[in-house]
Amino acid sequence: MNFLTVTRATLAKDIRLEWRSKDAINAMLFFSLLVVVIFSFAFDPTAEESRRIAGGLVWVAFLFAAIVALNQTWARELRNQVLDAYRVSPAPAIPLFLAKAVGNFIFVAALEALMTPLFIAFYRLRPLGPGWQLIPIAILGTWALVVNGTFFAAMSLRTRAREIMLPLLLFPLSIPALLGMVNSTTAILTGETSPAFWIALLVAYDVVFTTACLLLFETVLEAE
Amino acid sequence: MKQFGRFAALRGVTAEFSAGKLYVILGDNGAGKTTLLRTMAGLAHSTRGKITVLGSENIQASRAQIGYMAHPSLLYDEMSGMENLRYFAKLYRIPAGEVDRRCREAILSVKLDPDLERPVGQYSQGMRQRMSLARALVNDPELLLLDEPFSNVDARSAAEMAGLVAHARDRGKTVFVVTHQAAQLELYADEFIWMESGRIVNRTSALQGAKG
Repeated sequence: MNFLTVTRATLAKDIRLEWRSKDAINAMLFFSLLVVVIFSFAFDPTAEESRRIAGGLVWVAFLFAAIVALNQTWARELRNQVLDAYRVSPAPAIPLFLAKAVGNFIFVAALEALMTPLFIAFYRLRPLGPGWQLIPIAILGTWALVVNGTFFAAMSLRTRAREIMLPLLLFPLSIPALLGMVNSTTAILTGETSPAFWIALLVAYDVVFTTACLLLFETVLEAE
Repeated sequence: MKQFGRFAALRGVTAEFSAGKLYVILGDNGAGKTTLLRTMAGLAHSTRGKITVLGSENIQASRAQIGYMAHPSLLYDEMSGMENLRYFAKLYRIPAGEVDRRCREAILSVKLDPDLERPVGQYSQGMRQRMSLARALVNDPELLLLDEPFSNVDARSAAEMAGLVAHARDRGKTVFVVTHQAAQLELYADEFIWMESGRIVNRTSALQGAKG
């Protein structure tokens, strides 16, 4: 009961803070918009080429944009050392992690919902495979990015160059997930192969890393 | 003992404190005052030795009964005082039906207006310190740990804060205050504790002579 109350309260608080400051969402939108526009001018691909490169382009843009939200999520807990107020309370560590991860998922998913129509328009995308499967891929892929990102952002909290530290820690570990996202998206856009293997990889990745992050988060939170 | 790398912030601190008293911890910068307070709050873990808080060596189990106020406000600048306290109240398993009443009581007890909609970031330093104290009081703790509650506030606000701290002790709470402005609590404190190089070197009931 308390677990859910704390998770809900923390999530509501984070959404309220983001709604008021719009720090993360504005920066993410601006960054993604730049990627879409600049790449479309730089390459000007045909519809066939677009199908082959769009998967990589979209997910790399979202990965870089997500870093902004992930850094922000803990930065606001460091201002006025508010994280210490959570640590002295009897609230368990896991609801804090879950709320942060779900909050980041909502922010990045909102970004994806806003940017996807632009990607489709700029790159003239029309999937030749089962287009509806892009939805579970987006959900699994986004969760893969934010669950590890939230964890490693917490880990790099007490380091001096934490904004550099996060990508250094996150990107190497995200490679299997990124392969899954890019290859499954490309498979659906081109319609040449089945995305089943890559979707299964994403499911496995999410299960393994979500479990590991949940188990290790308390140690990270209590570290001095 | 509490060590950070090769530096021992606390060494050989052996002391017992009674409930329901107001203790003022004094000492020069780097004496280990804040580390002692953070260790009692469970925010820092002793490298060696043990600490018993409210009869339990497991500080995590006692957290519901600890109120902690640090030098920074531990409040979200973008939210109002009431919004901040509502959030923290939920962390302390206060029943949903009681949250608002308890938050209002805590804010009123530090002589602030619970209906003030301004975000905390726009408060004056004195108001922020008082709201920070209200946050520490929201769970009605038995043990109150206050780090520099009078810093960066004017003399009048500091005197008001001292009165609020004494009032908390009068309501049966055990209060520890780390401060460089001990004179503010001269009339109220039960004991002054002087620390040097991570050790308690003197305990006295009067401020004069506290520095051992």
